Amino acid sequence: MQPASVATLVSFRLVYLARLREAFGRERETLEIAADRPLTVDAIIDALRGRGGAWASELAQGRAVRFAVNQRLAGRTHPVADGDEIAIFPPVTGG
Amino acid sequence: MSATAPSSGDLHAPERDGRDHVRVQTGDFDAGLEIARLRAGRADIGAIASFIGTVRDVNDAAAVTGLTLEHYPGMTEQALTDIVGEARRRFAILDALVVHRVGALRPGDQIVLVVITSAHRGTAFDACEYVMDMLKTRAPFWKKERTPQGDRWVEARASDDAAAGRW
Repeated sequence: MQPASVATLVSFRLVYLARLREAFGRERETLEIAADRPLTVDAIIDALRGRGGAWASELAQGRAVRFAVNQRLAGRTHPVADGDEIAIFPPVTGG
Repeated sequence: MSATAPSSGDLHAPERDGRDHVRVQTGDFDAGLEIARLRAGRADIGAIASFIGTVRDVNDAAAVTGLTLEHYPGMTEQALTDIVGEARRRFAILDALVVHRVGALRPGDQIVLVVITSAHRGTAFDACEYVMDMLKTRAPFWKKERTPQGDRWVEARASDDAAAGRW
């Protein structure tokens, strides 16, 4: 029987910075998601939240978290594609 | 080790139009020297506005004995270049320079330098403030303070978002 849609495995390079790097205990990793439709930043957040613990609490609704896709600031609805670099970090505090 | 000015070589790394300068560095900077370099060889400048941010020894009612600045290599330079580019589109400026330090800093140390040159002062003041407001909310830097009670990440301020929002 033919499935309604075929999921393909897409791979993202994740980068964690500052307080979130410490909370997650890692600086970067590769995340693979089986997707049957175009994905946005939200899909990555959902996948990470599913790990529970610090992932669920730091990325919970209402927490101040910022994202960059391929090193440009991006919102949660920004599209992401195979091979993209997605950075996750707290609001910036330079200057 | 005493602070030394960067060699002229890294100052003149050509940007897209050969005039905008953005640098992220661990070493200190000399504002006078940087301004002199922006002014060199041109007489069309009528106004120069500059901003220097420095490390305070107190924040949120706690003593601060040091600061570590983290950044996102690659994105940081791109974000600063974008901010300067947008400032150039919005204001009739002649030149812009942004220098931001990263790594371990102590109270009294310089953190950031913004210099804007233009024909008239209003433009220079506005563009300098614009660049700092955008840098505070869009450039990927994070401060971690050292205090007698331990290290802590600096929280972003709503007033910085408000300042950036007025542009």
